[in-house]
Amino acid sequence: MLKIKDLHASIDGKEILKGLNLEVNAGEVHAIMGPNGAGKSTLASILAGKEDYDITAGSIDFDGKELLEMEPEDRAREGLFLAFQYPVEIPGVSNVNFLRAALNAKREYHALEPLSAKDFMALVREKSKIVELDPKLASRSVNEGFSGGEKKRNEIFQMAMLEPKLAILDETDSGLDIDALRIVANGVNTLKKPSNATLVITHYQRLLDYIVPDFVHVLYNGRIVKSGPKELALELEEKGYDWIKVELGETV
Amino acid sequence: METSIETNVHKFIQSLKESTITGIFSEDLRNERLDKLLTNNFPTSKQEYWRYTRVNRISTKAFKIAPGSVNSIDAFKIKNLNSDYCVFVNGFYADAMSCISEENKPYISVLSNLENKIAQQPESNEIFDQINLVFATDGVHLNIPKNKILNRPIEIIHLQSGQEVIANIYHHFEIGENAQAKIFLSFYSANDMPSFSNIRLYANLNKGAHLNITKIQAESNQSYHISTEDIEQLDSSNFTINTITLGGELVRNNLNIRVNGMNCETNLHAAYILKNNQHVDNHTLVDHKVAHCQSNELYKGVISDKATAVFNGKVFVRKDAQKINAFQSNGNVLLSDTAAVNSKPELEIYADDVKCSHGSTTGQLDEKAVFYLRSRGLSEKEARELLVQAFIADVLEKLDNDSRAHVDEILEKRFGWELL
Repeated sequence: MLKIKDLHASIDGKEILKGLNLEVNAGEVHAIMGPNGAGKSTLASILAGKEDYDITAGSIDFDGKELLEMEPEDRAREGLFLAFQYPVEIPGVSNVNFLRAALNAKREYHALEPLSAKDFMALVREKSKIVELDPKLASRSVNEGFSGGEKKRNEIFQMAMLEPKLAILDETDSGLDIDALRIVANGVNTLKKPSNATLVITHYQRLLDYIVPDFVHVLYNGRIVKSGPKELALELEEKGYDWIKVELGETV
Repeated sequence: METSIETNVHKFIQSLKESTITGIFSEDLRNERLDKLLTNNFPTSKQEYWRYTRVNRISTKAFKIAPGSVNSIDAFKIKNLNSDYCVFVNGFYADAMSCISEENKPYISVLSNLENKIAQQPESNEIFDQINLVFATDGVHLNIPKNKILNRPIEIIHLQSGQEVIANIYHHFEIGENAQAKIFLSFYSANDMPSFSNIRLYANLNKGAHLNITKIQAESNQSYHISTEDIEQLDSSNFTINTITLGGELVRNNLNIRVNGMNCETNLHAAYILKNNQHVDNHTLVDHKVAHCQSNELYKGVISDKATAVFNGKVFVRKDAQKINAFQSNGNVLLSDTAAVNSKPELEIYADDVKCSHGSTTGQLDEKAVFYLRSRGLSEKEARELLVQAFIADVLEKLDNDSRAHVDEILEKRFGWELL
């Protein structure tokens, strides 16, 4: 589904990603872990199409299409979804109105009729339950005045509405208490299907107790330096990221 | 020996005097006012009140007073609004296009039909007001008696049709004690030729009166519009005006509200959405002369291309006007590097027990929000439009459903917005 080959990216002349390779197939959950500054959020931003970065080399194939050549909205319509680390507050834009526009833009892209208001609201009710989101929040302005946990739940609610092929969760666990974390993870697990895939980007192993990955990758200094089964996350938690540096022959 | 200097005013007036139409004011008044007018001149940017708005484009043209006609008002009337409507074309009442119900007939008259010419108008040193007070050809005289609540709103539709025509219109509203009225003032061009609307409105709200005005300015890109509204409020009266400016090359709105009675409420809301070379200037004055009143002012603008907006909002709180709540806010979003705004909120407070605030913000669209919306599948155009709409939503929400739909329709046509 997703094939990243030798990706090099820089911002303001500083190289952040230095030859990153990653392959994610349908039905899989991948976790990308790494210390601060390793390039985790850069990777998420580049996948979603943020224009602040210079891609100096490499390619990203998304279901047979070159992702880097697509506008952010077309990536979304093709089925890519980024759950933001810091969801943006948008005063005056109602959550449901915006989601209906987004959903219908996606349907139009796939030559489908727009959803009727009635069907759409039924979908809102169904999907807001998955993340135990108060239906009142759904009609408020996007993320405005939401608590940290509500913002993250709103991200997963949007994901549930848009039913992406590939969901990228960027530090979705940051700032969450254990109850919110459980709700968010439960939402992600509920939405898991053989036809879709999830990329979990996190600094801590904690989230992976709830969203169990098939593969764990360690991103360090702009490259994936180690990959393994889910036990790798536990090993990282126990030994810390310095262990990777030692393995790589760097002095700590 | 007498030397005469041919000023712009003389030239401007000469063209107007060619018309044989006598207008709505008595000849004595007209002559007296004309003498005064000829001693005045057009303002320059050296005058603080006109600092950001140059009127050369208007003052150097030879506008003429000339009746005109339009085939239909379908495009201009607010759809589905069950209203009485008075139509003016080039400043002249179009009887055949207007419709006043039997129910409202006793309260609405047209100034050109009045037997006794109205004699009392507020004096002014502003030249455009003075021109209006000499040359006004028509206007609506609203006289709502004590305790009368108008069930049907009144639409006053102003159309411009023809090359370099001027419409001088004077409206006079007298709202009796505890009476209520809802008025829509709308302005359009029937064709794309340069024209000038010079509009004057005087409204007197007696004790407990309610007056709600929605003003929709949607003239063509070649038209000029200067209007002055003078409002007087007595005790416990409630005045609301929503000013929506979408069209016009040069628009200047002078809104002067004198709150002379206690327990009054005054609401001023405005949205201006500008593009191309439009220049729109809103000057407001709320003069709190007495205690225990409240005023809320919310002006919001979206400015793109090379357009310019000016906001100057003055709130006076006089020495004896204690316990006043006065709020004023002006917000602007600039959508291009060449768009400009001059915003000047002014509070002058001479009382010591008041609650007043004012604020002015000017910024651009939040690029993080644009990306967030795009990352969910909205196109860049949709994302920006949605954010712009959200920005002015709190003003447009003050409109009722019918006029909101009407404004939305103009926005769709004028800006190609797809409204969400």
